[in-house]
Amino acid sequence: MSSTPSDIRTIVDDVYRRESRRVFATLVRLVGDFDLAEEAMHDAFASAVEKWSSEGVPDNPRAWLVSAGRFKAIDTLRRRTRFDASLEEIARRVGDSSSLPQGIDDESIEDDRLRLIFTCCHPALGRETQIALTLREVCGLTTEEVASAFLTSPSTIAQRIVRGKSKIRDAGIPYQVPSNKDIPERLASVLAVIYLVFNEGYSASSGESLTRSDLSAEAIRLGRLIVDLMPDGEVIGLLALMLLQESRRTARTSLAGDIILLEDQDRSLWNRDHIAEGHSLVERAFASGVSGPYAVQAGIAALHASASAPDQTDWGQIVALYDLLLQMGSSPVVELNRAVAVAMRDGPAAGLPLIESILATGELNQYHLAHAARADLCRRLGHRDEAISSYRQALALARQEPERRFLERRINELQ
Amino acid sequence: MKYMLLIYGREDAWTENEREQCYHDSTKLTHELNEKGKFIAASPLHSVSTATSIQIREGKRIVTDGPFAETREQLGGYFMIDARDLDEAIEIASQIPGAKKGTVEIRPVVELTGLPSSL
Repeated sequence: MSSTPSDIRTIVDDVYRRESRRVFATLVRLVGDFDLAEEAMHDAFASAVEKWSSEGVPDNPRAWLVSAGRFKAIDTLRRRTRFDASLEEIARRVGDSSSLPQGIDDESIEDDRLRLIFTCCHPALGRETQIALTLREVCGLTTEEVASAFLTSPSTIAQRIVRGKSKIRDAGIPYQVPSNKDIPERLASVLAVIYLVFNEGYSASSGESLTRSDLSAEAIRLGRLIVDLMPDGEVIGLLALMLLQESRRTARTSLAGDIILLEDQDRSLWNRDHIAEGHSLVERAFASGVSGPYAVQAGIAALHASASAPDQTDWGQIVALYDLLLQMGSSPVVELNRAVAVAMRDGPAAGLPLIESILATGELNQYHLAHAARADLCRRLGHRDEAISSYRQALALARQEPERRFLERRINELQ
Repeated sequence: MKYMLLIYGREDAWTENEREQCYHDSTKLTHELNEKGKFIAASPLHSVSTATSIQIREGKRIVTDGPFAETREQLGGYFMIDARDLDEAIEIASQIPGAKKGTVEIRPVVELTGLPSSL
């Protein structure tokens, strides 16, 4: 069977899309250095185009690429050690090209993907570095793509990534799945990174547009990957939470880019596939026995998703889940959300004193949604002046254009 | 890899009894580390009020009292260890009594060749 060069290129491109991050993760383990692994992986794909044309596509392209990449890395190291003696240690670790690489079976390769995630999200790295490294090294986004997603310059992201990789190397951050004892702490860091990426895509913290859907899609992809590799209750809970929020994406903004509140959304626009998957994941998360904050938040999102109309929402159950969430770790934002749910269950007069006592602590003074929540309850109670003054406070703090337009609209309606 | 564990804390955070206990627990830790071949050196430091700083500027030596940085947390001691990787260093640093009151900073050591091998 003969393939034309363009056939081969299509095949290699396809393998690249499916396998390049796996090949990279395994090469990092085998060669012990991120940059060397990246370069070796690209060399391996380049030589695949050539070799597969003449010799045919191998039975296991992934193993072929790992093996070819490792040989390329050894060549590079040999060349460089002539000039730089400090590379000898790495060269020794990689071994020589006559020995076969260890652990390139499917299971080891899946473990390598976990190693890569845990390394990029190591708590010894700053949160912004964790996010940049995860998107760059685990998801394979380009530096430019990461920069545009976070509205920063490519040079800022490039610097963050370079510093992160230097710290991994110089501080000796290991390339391994943490021990069972450390898993809860380390997994929390991984999940926090994924949820931040999701939220930046779902509700961008600043800028013209309300959402940047590519980031949310990456976060969901990462969530699925970790559910496959490490199906812990909280991992499943986080994936469920993201899918249930994502299900409302098209319904939560108008064509003009304005915010549509949950109660005003056209529920027929909600993505039923996401909701169905989210529901079954929530059940799985709760059935796992240990339900943490992500699973509980997913439970709340599932209750919203299963209401066919706003007045069908089970607010009593939602308040109960917020109570559970507060037991797991008190946070003023959770208290605020609980107060809003109480207002929905028992009326605005019941929620207002709760929100006012939260604001009185001062912790949420700079949080625009706390003022907006108070404004909304005052508005419902007909306290016009108080509502306007709270909307104005919220407006002074809001940084996102669609949110600012929403608050201005509310103020105009009341004046 | 070699790591320097720098123990920072407020000097007034310890009572005399607590300090004695800290020395006792730290000494025990050095023996545990030594048995596993991970110990290089460790020592508490006298109070920062005993510190002297030296600078050479344009060939002239300047001797002054104390350190220059006005921080509340002072360097109070150190461990030098040999650990497999950062995770093991974190594990060891977490057992240092000073971590309960102050901060233990983990710094990987630049391993120069050609130093005397007494360490």
